[in-house]
Amino acid sequence: MPNPLEAAARATPAPLARRVRGLSDRAIAWIFVAPTILLLLAINIFPLIWTVRLSFTNYAANRPNREVEWVGLRNYSRILTDDGIWANMQTTAHFLVWTILLQVVLGFTLAWLINRKFRGNDLLTTLIVLPMMLSPAVVGNFWTFLYQPQIGLVNYAVELVTGIPASSFSMLGPGGLAKWSIIIVDTWMWTPFVMLICLAGLRSIPDYIYEAAEVDRASKWRQFWTITVPMVLPFLMLAVLFRGIENFKMFDMVVLLTGGGPGNETLLASIDLKREAFEKWRTGYSSAYAIILFVTVFGLASIYVKALNKVKER
Amino acid sequence: MSAWSVTEPSRASKWVAGLLVVLYTCITLLPLVWIISTSFKSGPDSISYPPKILFQPSLEGYVNLFTTRTRIAAEDFAALPPPETWYDRIVRDQGMVIAGQSRFGERFLNSVIIGFGSTFLSIFLGTLAAYAFSRFKVPLKDDLLFFILSTRMMPPIAVAIPIYLMYRELGLSDTHLGMILLYTAVNISLAVWLLKGFIDEIPREYEEAALIDGYTRFQAFRKVVLPQAATGIASTAIFCLIFAWNEYAFAVLLTSGNAQTAPPFIPTIIGVGGQDWPAVAAGATLFLLPVMIFTILLRKHLLRGITFGAVRK
Repeated sequence: MPNPLEAAARATPAPLARRVRGLSDRAIAWIFVAPTILLLLAINIFPLIWTVRLSFTNYAANRPNREVEWVGLRNYSRILTDDGIWANMQTTAHFLVWTILLQVVLGFTLAWLINRKFRGNDLLTTLIVLPMMLSPAVVGNFWTFLYQPQIGLVNYAVELVTGIPASSFSMLGPGGLAKWSIIIVDTWMWTPFVMLICLAGLRSIPDYIYEAAEVDRASKWRQFWTITVPMVLPFLMLAVLFRGIENFKMFDMVVLLTGGGPGNETLLASIDLKREAFEKWRTGYSSAYAIILFVTVFGLASIYVKALNKVKER
Repeated sequence: MSAWSVTEPSRASKWVAGLLVVLYTCITLLPLVWIISTSFKSGPDSISYPPKILFQPSLEGYVNLFTTRTRIAAEDFAALPPPETWYDRIVRDQGMVIAGQSRFGERFLNSVIIGFGSTFLSIFLGTLAAYAFSRFKVPLKDDLLFFILSTRMMPPIAVAIPIYLMYRELGLSDTHLGMILLYTAVNISLAVWLLKGFIDEIPREYEEAALIDGYTRFQAFRKVVLPQAATGIASTAIFCLIFAWNEYAFAVLLTSGNAQTAPPFIPTIIGVGGQDWPAVAAGATLFLLPVMIFTILLRKHLLRGITFGAVRK
């Protein structure tokens, strides 16, 4: 579309033309990227650096006027030698391992079944996905109602199915069931996520591979283990990575279900961290705690990504 | 797919698979059905044992959710004029009178303001950044992209400590603006990654044609790329909105009165002797239902988005 400005712009040498026609690509690139980077620097990186700084002090956020002392690595050494924190790490590990295991088994099975392409499978997929879209806090809070001792729906269902009297156990109370109760809710919420990623993996396998296997008279069982599983594995491992990172950070759902109790039975690391930081107000100490958790996630995730890339290369 | 294809599952296996998936769906939906049904129960019905499947529906939960109530002395109660409105009557039937409005409405409105505000901002900034990453040579591009992604690995509590201190200094604690900025920072990494994927799929030739026609780069972006990326932008926006809507940890740590959203509020709804379950269920229903409806209506875009984010490294 010819207009006078354009005609002038075409006739002028390149640098001047650019000024007439608008900003250079390079300038646009910077203008477009800068706000995002600045925001992340201000609200993610700057706080992280601040946390590192605080972790070497005895600062307490509820007493801003007290003199702040540098304590060197004392916060770190106290955390790493604290038995309570190792117990929390074990609780977190128990939660992580079991949720991932259950979600992988259930999620893969569901994806494999849905991939039979029966009628209505897309509607069912949507319905199955609903729990993962909801607020973990609101859902966690409501599950305490389903887990009520004696009157809860879960106790009732257990009595109905197995005959164990509903009044003889308590899902969130003492007796060792609480750490399984949180695993059940997490599995209920997040199995759909693993399922969707497995489904994407299954759908990425081209039909001709199975057709070739069929020509070679490979049994269905053999096709499953030599085609389906290896081809879905990279997807599945990615789902595990996402769930692993998320569940290591787990806070909202469990804090509303059990608050870490009974006793310290379900005291996950991030719930403990919240207590130290915002209830006991040991800001310096909890900053060191936060850094240790962050380094752990980051380290484990990096090792895992290396393994994942090896699997992908195969 | 042709009928004789060897990869087409047999009729019997389809039936079995279908039945098993239906069974799982029923079990997994039961808690959600229970939330909605409890919201229509009266207090005693909600805690009766065995759990009541058939019950007299009541709006007690919803009335309690939006009001605060008090007990008054028996003789004063008897002397009251008959209830004027249907909600008055529901409260009277519980032996109480309405004392005022609860804060649920405010909290819900806060969720809406913060949710939409941060979604708009993340999409605005995210689209610009994603376009630049997709089309231009940005120095250190891969490092920047990885940096953007790695901000998601931080536990919220770890960042919450200094943000709490920072917001206290800046006067941003417990404000809508503070929460909008915070949720934008959390969402933007996902937004940039998802949107970059969508924009990568739009052929560059479209813009190049526009540039030759005399559009500036900026006009080409606005008039050619944005309309093409509309679906991608919409589904990314839904993800950002759902995250901000559901978030709890930052909300409970950084807000108390003014800017608190609904998730930290709903668990605090208490009645006589513990949680008022029909009211909690009513709050949960009003809060969760929009997301459920969204998910069902927009399933195609959402399902694509979830796997997209994961499958693209």
